[in-house]
Amino acid sequence: MSINYNIFIIGVGGQGIGLLSEVLIRAAYYAKIQAKGVDTHGLAQRGGTVTSQIRLGDKAFSPLIPEGKADIVIALERHEALRGMNSHLKNGGDLVFYDAVWQPLDVRLRQVGELQNETIEAECKRRKINYHRVFIDDLKDSRMQNVAVLGHISKHKLIPGIARKNYLQAITDLLKGTVLETNLQVFDH
Amino acid sequence: MKKLAEVLLSKEKTQEIMIGNWALVRAMIESNVRVITSYPGSPTPEIATAIAQIPVAERPFYFEFSVNEKVATEVAFGASINGHLSCVFFKSVGLNVAADSLVQLSMMELIGGMVIILGDDPGANSSQNEQDNRHFAKMCYTPIFEPSTPTEAYHMFKEAAALSQEKKMPVFLRLTTHVCHYKELIHFAAWDKQEFDQTPRFDVNNGPYVPITTTVFPLKKKALRKLAEVETYSDNSKLNYIKDNGNKELGIITMGLPYYSLLDVMEEMKVKPDILKLGIIYPLPRQMVIDFLKSHKEVKVLEELDDVIERDIKMIAFENKIDVIITGKSDLADWENEYTPDKVKEVLRKQWKQHFPPAEPIDDKKLKLAARPAQMCPGCGHRSAFYAIRKAMGKNDITVGDIGCHSLGFLPPYKIGEALLSMGHSTGTASGMALFNNTRKVISFLGDSTFFHAGLPGIINSIYNNHNHTLIIMENGTTAMTGHQDHPAVGKNFNEVSEKIPIVQMLKGMGITNIRSVDAYQQAKLTTAVKEALAEDGFNVVIAKHPCMLKFSRELAKKKIGTPPKVRVTDKCTQIYQCISVFACPAYQIRPDGSVWVQEDLCIGDGSCKQTCPTGSIESKPLEVK
Repeated sequence: MSINYNIFIIGVGGQGIGLLSEVLIRAAYYAKIQAKGVDTHGLAQRGGTVTSQIRLGDKAFSPLIPEGKADIVIALERHEALRGMNSHLKNGGDLVFYDAVWQPLDVRLRQVGELQNETIEAECKRRKINYHRVFIDDLKDSRMQNVAVLGHISKHKLIPGIARKNYLQAITDLLKGTVLETNLQVFDH
Repeated sequence: MKKLAEVLLSKEKTQEIMIGNWALVRAMIESNVRVITSYPGSPTPEIATAIAQIPVAERPFYFEFSVNEKVATEVAFGASINGHLSCVFFKSVGLNVAADSLVQLSMMELIGGMVIILGDDPGANSSQNEQDNRHFAKMCYTPIFEPSTPTEAYHMFKEAAALSQEKKMPVFLRLTTHVCHYKELIHFAAWDKQEFDQTPRFDVNNGPYVPITTTVFPLKKKALRKLAEVETYSDNSKLNYIKDNGNKELGIITMGLPYYSLLDVMEEMKVKPDILKLGIIYPLPRQMVIDFLKSHKEVKVLEELDDVIERDIKMIAFENKIDVIITGKSDLADWENEYTPDKVKEVLRKQWKQHFPPAEPIDDKKLKLAARPAQMCPGCGHRSAFYAIRKAMGKNDITVGDIGCHSLGFLPPYKIGEALLSMGHSTGTASGMALFNNTRKVISFLGDSTFFHAGLPGIINSIYNNHNHTLIIMENGTTAMTGHQDHPAVGKNFNEVSEKIPIVQMLKGMGITNIRSVDAYQQAKLTTAVKEALAEDGFNVVIAKHPCMLKFSRELAKKKIGTPPKVRVTDKCTQIYQCISVFACPAYQIRPDGSVWVQEDLCIGDGSCKQTCPTGSIESKPLEVK
């Protein structure tokens, strides 16, 4: 199958973007899809915006996705969802985000208001973007928000060519023991 | 999935998905490198992360984090002139620290060979500048290889090592940030493990190794002769190649990650220029360049950062009287930032507008959004320290920052550390600012790892020349910003337990008597200590000490000890927002009605915020260890 598909992942340093990106690139590998990726490291680890970019298929050259060319934006925080959408998501693409809120400094200083879901939803409508909000009420550990998002992507088959079993293989590669078990429960939520 | 160490040490051919930095370790092992040294700095520290996955006893090489890049270079040099293939790696600006010794290497007969890995940072993702270290290659008469992908980094390291061993000369391998962190499936060759001959083979007859006065000239000549030989090597190397699109009009010369950005951009261009893709940047493959220039009417040099190659290529065209239009940088914007696909498109479109489809209209209805700059972590001792120090300072006092997590203090609301040059600069800069200055107190900052790295000379100078300022050492017990590497005061090196070198005793040994050491969480005490220090004449030191809480909480989690209960805002809160506006821990969030709440995913329960609330509305409890 010929695939040409760009995945832009965004969140705040400390949210577990690394694992999310590692699972996706390995899942692509198990699905026999050519994949490349790159994470932003360094200073950004300290509470700033972090991104990870994955490109699938043989028509992708640089690991960095051109602006507005992502087929899907996966976000782990509400403000970052809009940020990723603004910079990289194509019109008509998919936005999947975990609805956690880590307010940026300007929001905390009351210079601007906290971003509301209705605003994102309206913006998605304007740009014909499919809006996927993920939120699990009784999620015990916020570190598993990334796997909750993955579960949603798998269930709705949002990434072409990657099947449930590929995600599971990748997760099983990377996690072990009870951590694996609890994450698999969240994945199938 | 195999463990990383198994992949790195596999005798058989193998493959794995990994970043460029990790792939380099496999290349070092396949090349039978014996000594590897470094000082941590983005974008290269993950090379050491991969090394750490191999148990010390199983490492086929010796590795150390040296105290700075210069010492690291010297250790690798020493190993090489004893006959061992060595490698040193560090970040872009690390080369400036190493330079004093590094510039000598090409004159030395490196009998074991030596590869220098540079992590340059176009886009200044985690550096204080965008310096283009290809300039250094020229000054050092040293060849420089530049890979575009992790797979190329792996192959090029092996070629660089082989060249270095053959010519007994240093070779640079220059990666940029997103090649270091670029992840893909890499196919590794088998590892022909060779018996390690430990004989120290240093012999002055291979040298001389002492470049003084007239001995310099033959050594310099030798360096230049080797470099000329590498030019022939470069012309015959497959690392430089042409992507022939059958275009007799337009050609592009490029290298590194910009090559792949260009391929992305060419997908939408109406014409496909031929490309000369360089893997060896210096010395250039002269004949290849001549042939490429002669076979095209117009050639664009597409070059990230400076015009290093552009000048060489124009010179080659001039010397050979080639009738071709050569263009490079067209304006100042071309000199800055990383050449991502977007940037390359912008650069090419300026020149070749006619070869692009019309630009898509800009969507001006997009919503605006608050930026999210990096900041200190919840519970960070530096935040407590800055909060307390600010209270001790006069309104117009001057603060001089340094490199480390505490650099982030320059951001609002703290705005502490308002001038910054390089690692360890602060005490020197502060000394200069204290001259003729009786009205504004001067405070300098240093991290503990930087104290050892380059902080000492400035401190000694402050004592020796009797400068008038206060140094605050922000001691968090680790090299935090680059991923928690140990340093000489920790009591551990990369390989084993080591003797602690205590900072306080070192300062005392230098003759500083007025040292005040305070836990940064004890804010009132710290404020008093800084006030007292500022009131004294001369040079003095305050140590604001607290372990890095990111490291500490990760360790607690690993040991399954857990974290203390989260902090809570009680209903006594009168919404004066000290916690948010002045202390500014990111865990404090605000509701639309103006009330304050604690985001529990962020709070680590440290309670360092409690003392900042004048109404006593913050409730925090210590960790109960069962």
